[in-house]
Amino acid sequence: MSDTPTPDHQLPRTHYLNATYGSGTRSWLLTTDHKRIALLYLGSVTVFFFIGGVFATMIRIHLLTPGGALVTPETYNKLFTMHGVAMIFFFLIPSIPAVLGNFLIPLMIGAKDLAFPKINLLSWYIYIVGGCFVLYSFGTGGLDTGWTFYTPLSSVYSNSAVTPAVIGIFINGFSSILTGLNFIVTIHTMRAPGMTWFRLPLFVWAHYATSLVMILGTPVIAITLLLAGLERMFHLGFFNPALGGDPILFQHLFWFYSHPAVYIMVLPAMGVVSEIIPTFARKPIFGYSFIAGSSIAIAVIGFLVWAHHMFVTGESTYAALTFSFLSYLVAIPSAVKVFNWTSTLYKGSISWDPPMIYALGFIGLFVIGGLTGLSLACLGLDIHIHDTYFVVAHFHYIMVGGAVMGFVGALHFWWPKITGRLYPETLSRAAAVTLFVGFNLTFFPQFILGYLGMPRRYHTYPPEFQVLNVLSTAGASILALGYLIPMAYLAWSMRYGRVAGPNPWPATGLEWKTASPPPTENFDVTPEVTWEPYDFQNRPDLGLAAGAPSLAPAHSDD
Amino acid sequence: MQSQLPLYPEQASNFAPHVDALMLFITAVCLFFAGAITTAIVVFFFKYHRKAPNAVGIPIHEDSRLEAVWMIVPLILAMAMFSWGAIVYVDYRRAPQDTLDIYVIGKQWMWKAQQPNGLKEINELHVPVGRNIRLVMASEDVIHDFFVPAFRVKMDVVPGHYNTMWFRPTKPGRYHFFCSQYCGTNHALMGGWVTVLEPSDYSAWLSGSSGGNANPVVAGEKLYAEKTCSTCHIANGTGHAPSLNGVYGAQVLLADGSTVAADETYIRESILQPNAKIVAGYLPLMPSFQGQLTEEQILALTAYIKSLQSQPVPAKGSGIAPPTGKR
Ligand code: HEM
Ligand SMILES: [Cu+2]
Ligand SMILES: [Cu+2]
Repeated sequence: MSDTPTPDHQLPRTHYLNATYGSGTRSWLLTTDHKRIALLYLGSVTVFFFIGGVFATMIRIHLLTPGGALVTPETYNKLFTMHGVAMIFFFLIPSIPAVLGNFLIPLMIGAKDLAFPKINLLSWYIYIVGGCFVLYSFGTGGLDTGWTFYTPLSSVYSNSAVTPAVIGIFINGFSSILTGLNFIVTIHTMRAPGMTWFRLPLFVWAHYATSLVMILGTPVIAITLLLAGLERMFHLGFFNPALGGDPILFQHLFWFYSHPAVYIMVLPAMGVVSEIIPTFARKPIFGYSFIAGSSIAIAVIGFLVWAHHMFVTGESTYAALTFSFLSYLVAIPSAVKVFNWTSTLYKGSISWDPPMIYALGFIGLFVIGGLTGLSLACLGLDIHIHDTYFVVAHFHYIMVGGAVMGFVGALHFWWPKITGRLYPETLSRAAAVTLFVGFNLTFFPQFILGYLGMPRRYHTYPPEFQVLNVLSTAGASILALGYLIPMAYLAWSMRYGRVAGPNPWPATGLEWKTASPPPTENFDVTPEVTWEPYDFQNRPDLGLAAGAPSLAPAHSDD
Repeated sequence: MQSQLPLYPEQASNFAPHVDALMLFITAVCLFFAGAITTAIVVFFFKYHRKAPNAVGIPIHEDSRLEAVWMIVPLILAMAMFSWGAIVYVDYRRAPQDTLDIYVIGKQWMWKAQQPNGLKEINELHVPVGRNIRLVMASEDVIHDFFVPAFRVKMDVVPGHYNTMWFRPTKPGRYHFFCSQYCGTNHALMGGWVTVLEPSDYSAWLSGSSGGNANPVVAGEKLYAEKTCSTCHIANGTGHAPSLNGVYGAQVLLADGSTVAADETYIRESILQPNAKIVAGYLPLMPSFQGQLTEEQILALTAYIKSLQSQPVPAKGSGIAPPTGKR
C-alpha cells in the first residue's frame, strides 16, 4: 500500500462470498466455486495447524528439564508423532496448494474455475474423511510410531492406534492426487487468450511442478502405508523380517515419496515469493525462465535423491555415493532461485509492505535450511549428524521457516483479494519480525544440539544439553506470538479492515484485474493478456510513474 | 574437559578430526554464501527503498552469463563437498583387516555387547585405545542405531541384517553412546557408556571380570551339536553338506558358478535361508532355522564357525572355491 491518498473504495455489491445459492451453510458445503473451496481448506488446515501447534507446545515445555517436565515417555512419543502427522500430512502439504493454489490459479490464468470443479469439492471431502480417521487415531490411544512409520515398529511392535492413522493418510492421499490432476489439466487447457506458457505467473509454474510431484509420488506413500497396515492387521510379511520381509524396503518406498513431499511443501512457497518480490520491488523478476525451469528441475531431480535419508542403514556404498551426488545436484536449482530473487531487488523500488517482509524472511530462513542440507548430503558428515537435532533444525528451517513463512506471506499478499479488506500494516510488519526472530531462537540452537550429539525423539536427555533446550523453548514462545498475532488481526480485518479495492499494491497479475473479492465467475468478460509478466513499465492501467510516459526515474543515483 | 558451552563433542576416534574438518569446511562455504546474500538483501532493502509512492524499479530481465556463473561456481563447491565426504564415508564403510570384533545386539530397550572372549556387557562397551574396533550388530526386534558422538560414528541396527561399523578410539575416557533410531517407548533410555582403556588395562579388565561368562565358541559348539548341524556338516568333508573348516573369510563357490565371501552376513543367511545360495556340488537339503535361534545364538554359531578357520580344510567336501577358480 502506498501512502498516497487513494480514493475510498467500496466493496462490490455481489461477490463470491455473498452470492448465495440456497441457504448459507448448504451453499458452502455444496459449492463448486474454487474460491469457496479454498476457504473451506483454509479453515480446515488452520484447525490442524492448531492441533499440531498444541502438541508442539507440549513438546517444548516437556524438554525444559533433562528428565522431562510434563508427560510420560509414552505420551511424549505420541506428542511428537501426532505433531508430525498433523503438520505434514494435514497442514503443510495442503496449505499453499489447496488454499492459495485453489483460489488463485484460475484467477491468475483468466479462467472461470478449475477444470473439474466437482472433483475439487470431492478432494476437500476426501481430506476431511482422511482427517477424521487420523483424529480418531489421536483420540483413541494416539499414535507413537513417528511420522515416518518405520517398520517393524509400526507394523508389529507399536501398541498405539496405527491402523486408523494409516488408513486416514491413505485416504487423504487421494485428495492430493486429485488436486494435482485438477491443476495440471487447468493449466494446460484453460489459459485465457494471450496467456502463453512464458507469461504464466511463476506461482503457476511452481504449482505445475508441485502437481507433478503430487500425482507421481502420492500413490507410492499411500500403497506403502497400506502395506504396513496390512502387515499389522493380517500379519502379511512385507517388511517384517520374521515373516520374510525387509524393513529397509519400507524406508525406500517411504522416502521415495517423502523426499519429493518436502518439495510439495516448499515449491509453492517459492512460487509465492516469486510473486511478492517483483510486486514490491516494482520491476520484472530477474531470470524468469531460470526460476520457472528450476521448479521443474527440482520436481524431477527431487525424485532421485530419496536414499540420502538412509546413509547409515547399511545401504551399499555405491548407492550412498550416487544419492549423495544427486542430492548435491538438487541443491543447485534452489540456489538459482535465491540468486535470482536477490538480483531482482537490485535497482528496484522497494516498499516495506508486510508481504515483502515475509518474503525476505522466507529467503533468509530458506537459505539456512538449504545450506545445512549440504552438510546432511555430505556422506562423511551425515554419519555423525543423521537422526540428531541437526536434522530437526534443518527440516524445520525448510518447512516452517520456508513453507509456513511463505504461506503466511501469501495470506498477507492476497488477503485483500480474498476478503476485499486490508489489515493493520504496522502491527503486521511487527508480527513478521517477531516470527523471524522467534523462529531463529527456537531452531538455531538445535543445530548445535545436534552436532553435540543429542539424538532426536528423546523424552529425556543428559543434563549437558539443557541450556540449549531451554533457549529453544524460550524462542518457541516468541514464535507462537508470531503466529497468534496475524491470526488475530487477520480475523479482525475481515470485518473492520479498510476496503482494499481491486489492486491495492498494485500488482501486475490477472487476479488483480477483477474486483476484490472477485465475483463468482471471476471475470465479467474473459480477459485477454497483452503484457509480459511483472511488467510495470508498459502498464498505464496501474497508475504508476512509468505507466505515464517520461516521469522522473525511480532513483537519483542513475 | 571442554568449555561450558561447547560447539562440538570431544574428539576421541580416528574419524572425529575428519568429520569436524568437513563440518568446518562446509560451514565456512555456507557462511560465505549466507553472508553474501543477507548483505545484498539488506543493502538493497535500504538503498532502493521506494522514494516516491508511484515510483517503479528499473527493469533488468536476465543475464545468461550471470546465471551460468551462479550455477557453475556452487556446483564446483558442491562437488568438493561431495568428494571429501565420500572419501571419509568409504573409509568408514570399509573396515581394515586387523579389527577386534565385538558383537552388539540391540533390543527394546537395551544394548548387549559381547567381547571376543565371551565377556558380556549391558549398556556398557569396553574397548582398548589405538586398536581398530569393528562392531557386528544385530537387532532382536525393531530398528535401533548405535551412536557414539565422541567418535562421530553411528550405524543402524536392523532386524534381519547384520550391519557393521568400525572406529579406532584415540583417547582413553568414558563417552556416551545413544540409540539414535526411534525404537519405541524407552528409546531415550537406550544408551550407555563406551569406556576406552589403555591396552593393558583392557586385558586386565577382560581377564578380571570374565568369571561366569560362557565363551561364545563353546556355546556355539554346543549348539552346533544340539541343532544337528554336525550330522551333515562333517569336518572331514564326507557329509551331505560341505565341511565348514576354514570357510570363514574364504570365497565359496556357488551352484550358479559365482562366488561369495563367507562373512557374518553369509553365514547368517545360510542358517536362516539356506536355499538362498547353494554351494556348488550340494543339494538344497538344509532346513531353515528361521525363528528357532535367537540373534545371540546365531552369533555364537558364527563364533564357532569362525574358530574353525584354523582347522584343516579337507581336499574334497568343502565349499571353498579353488584358488585358481574364475573371478
Ligand atoms: C538444498 C537442498 C537440500 C538438501 C541437499 C537436503 C538434504 C537433506 C538430507 C541429506 C537429509 C537427510 C538427513 C538425515 O536424515 O540424516 C535431509 C532431511 C530432511 N530434509 Fe532436506 N535437503 C535439502 C532441502 C530440503 C528442502 C527444500 C526440504 C523441504 C521442503 C527439506 C526437508 C527435509 C526433511 C523433512 C528432512 C527430514 C525428514 C525426517 O527425517 O523426518 N530439505 N535433507
Ligand atoms: Cu530428502
Ligand atoms: Cu532407539
